[in-house]
Amino acid sequence: MATTFWQPVRADDTIKIGVLHSLSGTMAISETTLKDTILMMVADLNSKGGLLGKKVEAVVVDPASNWPLFAEKAAELLEKDKVVAVFGCWTSVSRKSVLPVFAKDNGLLFYPVQYEGEESQRGVFYTGAAPNQQAIPAVEYLMGKEGGSAKRWVLEGTDYVYPRTTNKILRAFLHLHGVSDDDIMENYTPFGFSDWQTEVAAIKKFASAGKKTAVVSTINGDANVPFYKELANEGIKATEIPVVAFSVGEEELSGMDTKNLVGHLAAWNYFESVKTPENAAFIKQWHAFIKNDKRTTNDPMEAHYIGFKMWTQAVLQAGTTDVDAVRQAMIGQRVKNLTGSWAVMLPNHHLTKPVLIGEIRPDGQFTVVWKTPKPVPGEAWASKYLPEDKGKVANWTFPWVCESCTTPTYKKYE
Amino acid sequence: MIERLRLSLFALLSLLLSVQIGFAAGGQTRLATLVQQLGADDFDQKIAAVGELAALGDPRVVKLLQALENGDLYVTKDKKVVLARQDGDNFATSDPISGAKIGTATSDDIDQIIVNNRVREVIDAVLGTLNLFSPSRDDRLAAALDLVKHPSPASVPALQKALAAEQDAEIKQDLTLALAGARLNSPDKKMQLAAIAELAGSTDPAIFSILSALHDSGNLDPDVRRADESALAAIAQRLQLVRIGMTLFEGLSLGSILLLAAIGLSITFGVMGVINMAHGEMIMLGAYSTYVVQQLFVGYLPASWLEAYLVVSLPVAFVVTGLLGIALERSVIRFLYTRPLETLLATWGVSLILQQLVRTIFGSPNKAVDNPSYMTGGFELIGGAFITWNRLVILVFCFLVLGVLALVLKRTSFGLHMRAVTQNRDMAATMGIPTARIDALTFGLGSGIAGIAGVALSQIGNVSPNLGTLYIVDSFMVVVFGGVGSLFGTLAGAMSLGIVNKLLEPVSGAVLGKVVVLIAIILFIQRRPRGLFALRGRAAEN
Repeated sequence: MATTFWQPVRADDTIKIGVLHSLSGTMAISETTLKDTILMMVADLNSKGGLLGKKVEAVVVDPASNWPLFAEKAAELLEKDKVVAVFGCWTSVSRKSVLPVFAKDNGLLFYPVQYEGEESQRGVFYTGAAPNQQAIPAVEYLMGKEGGSAKRWVLEGTDYVYPRTTNKILRAFLHLHGVSDDDIMENYTPFGFSDWQTEVAAIKKFASAGKKTAVVSTINGDANVPFYKELANEGIKATEIPVVAFSVGEEELSGMDTKNLVGHLAAWNYFESVKTPENAAFIKQWHAFIKNDKRTTNDPMEAHYIGFKMWTQAVLQAGTTDVDAVRQAMIGQRVKNLTGSWAVMLPNHHLTKPVLIGEIRPDGQFTVVWKTPKPVPGEAWASKYLPEDKGKVANWTFPWVCESCTTPTYKKYE
Repeated sequence: MIERLRLSLFALLSLLLSVQIGFAAGGQTRLATLVQQLGADDFDQKIAAVGELAALGDPRVVKLLQALENGDLYVTKDKKVVLARQDGDNFATSDPISGAKIGTATSDDIDQIIVNNRVREVIDAVLGTLNLFSPSRDDRLAAALDLVKHPSPASVPALQKALAAEQDAEIKQDLTLALAGARLNSPDKKMQLAAIAELAGSTDPAIFSILSALHDSGNLDPDVRRADESALAAIAQRLQLVRIGMTLFEGLSLGSILLLAAIGLSITFGVMGVINMAHGEMIMLGAYSTYVVQQLFVGYLPASWLEAYLVVSLPVAFVVTGLLGIALERSVIRFLYTRPLETLLATWGVSLILQQLVRTIFGSPNKAVDNPSYMTGGFELIGGAFITWNRLVILVFCFLVLGVLALVLKRTSFGLHMRAVTQNRDMAATMGIPTARIDALTFGLGSGIAGIAGVALSQIGNVSPNLGTLYIVDSFMVVVFGGVGSLFGTLAGAMSLGIVNKLLEPVSGAVLGKVVVLIAIILFIQRRPRGLFALRGRAAEN
């Protein structure tokens, strides 16, 4: 199937942005929705007269869930199509594969998914959560009274960089809170894993040691459905062993029968069920655009919504789509997020985000049972927990201007 | 906190059991006040209200708490708690106590009362103890099992009373265990030792957990500690045996899934020799047929028939994928019989086309295929050995499919022709067998069986356009390992791969386990290129 949808138009009339999401392969499940989100935002902007008097045109490419192809397609967008910003990537491997291209071609990438942190690139804006905006608050919640005062932890993940790094940070965090290694079980399974009998039995056995046990799941993609089906069939109730997931949202639940999963948790910065005027308008706009009232909205969609709005604001402020000018103007941009508080772009290219803990409802939505009182600023480095991150600063404003330095780059000019 | 609440609940309940409290005139208003308190923002207040409600001993409380747990209680704008049920776009509201109709409200007028796991646990505990005296056997059994898992000294009087009244042997046994568990922390040493002796005979991980909690609690009498330790050792030994049995079952279950995925391929690849990369997509289309049948049932048939959709899906999936297989054979594969490499590329192309086709028609998100009630949940065979229905049904089903297929091959004239054509095409043609038709039908049969596998796999995994790619590698592995062309080899290959995988997984982890299995198969194929059960005879030579 043809995947490049652009028509040759005279470059002066339009502002071109790139959409780099897999439309085929394993990740198409999640990423196709994000492509549609950007197309919706672009259509909306154009219907209001475009940007700087020009129409915005989205150039859509399909990297087909193939990590090296992400780099090729990114180069094609930046060098051939000359796009001024790219919205794209989902898995951390795909992001890592395009980073050198964005550095070489001086591009702008808006990355909308929660990730493992330990990064802050000059040309990348991270509109999803850093670990301190998702993983750590979720574990704190389960440790607390409302979450059931868990004492024993199962860290169950898919075998790649995001779960491994997140679990490294979580283990350090748990150690700080007096949890010994005997009370932590860490296990990894391959992408697309489907036979969860042994793992679920191991979780049950680990939980039978007489202490309250909670499962932290960084299982990603297709493997989640069989995992939750096995949990439900084996009768693991959320009141006994709660499972909190970082990669399971409304979209993933729409493919599952959730009657037996009520009470299991997810931590995100957005849930579709949150009642605010902004969210209601967004859901209505999405249903109208996708022409299907059943389609759900989710956290990475909100991240793209915020990222796209911030980019338009930065372009208006700079008065140009020039990458260097827009990148400078991005820092400090404010957009009201869909759950009611303000998202602010920080000097480390991360956002302030509220953290919400939701419990699964029988209808496949989440009930918010806890949220942070204020938006939490994203931290690129887990300096508080990992010794190797100690003292590292990510800051793209003067005099720091670096991804990870301990002293400012332009100190002598101060 | 929960434990303390349970304690006070039991205290209240046993009070109720001993002294019959009549309804005071104030009881009515107290009930109303407590119901209002359920609408509080604070979870602590909700929990307190639930506890007090339970202590009222009012029969209406059970319904009320169930409504709260199911999320049917809402708060209106003027802070009144109402019972609301979705009615089209709006909600029909009624009084939570009397059930009298109030009116309708839109979703903006009312807010659902949120319960979290902590509140849910307290509600379950309250309903559980109330259910100990329920007329329904299932309710009583569930309540007894819950009390085994959450022992508390305060529950002793209630348990004694329930035990005296109970007739059912199974419930009686659970109640005895629960009573022993409740007496485990008793200050009386004799009582404690008797409780441990009672519990030592059990093979339940929950009991193991209670006994090890006692062991960790410290400050134990030396005799009690010794008894506890030997009881723990005895249970641990039995649990170990159960674990070994379970690993075997898990292996067989994984094997049955591999077998189902591979049977179709053992015909198209094993018997016909077509390297069929589109095999996985036939499985995927079978799963999507299940989804479509389910949607048709939901849309056009009464709700009570819905459970039957899975059975109806089987022939539908078989016919859909079978016909597609025949079309594929007639349009592409028959031109490539002598060119295996081109067949591989062509069928791979077909698989990509089918994936994208499904993605275009159904969209890329997963489709929800519900498990009918006979495929949901499971039963506890013996302590800790939990067998889920879907796996058991699939295990039996895969043998059924294999048996029927073996019958077709061995006992029907179509099977005879099929074997004749694959063993010696020219000879078969001279005998008057329409070889081209047999080829098409054989390929259709293999594809149809892949479709049936898709129906079964929709019950344990996700239904998405790339479902097939998850199973294609495993399917080829099973067929090649078992021996190309041998049905029995496919069976032996699938089962041994399943068991070896499950034996390795706890030791090496799932990722390394897969690697080890792959390397082992490569080495095995080096030694025996024809797999476990090689075909003998002329066909095997070329």
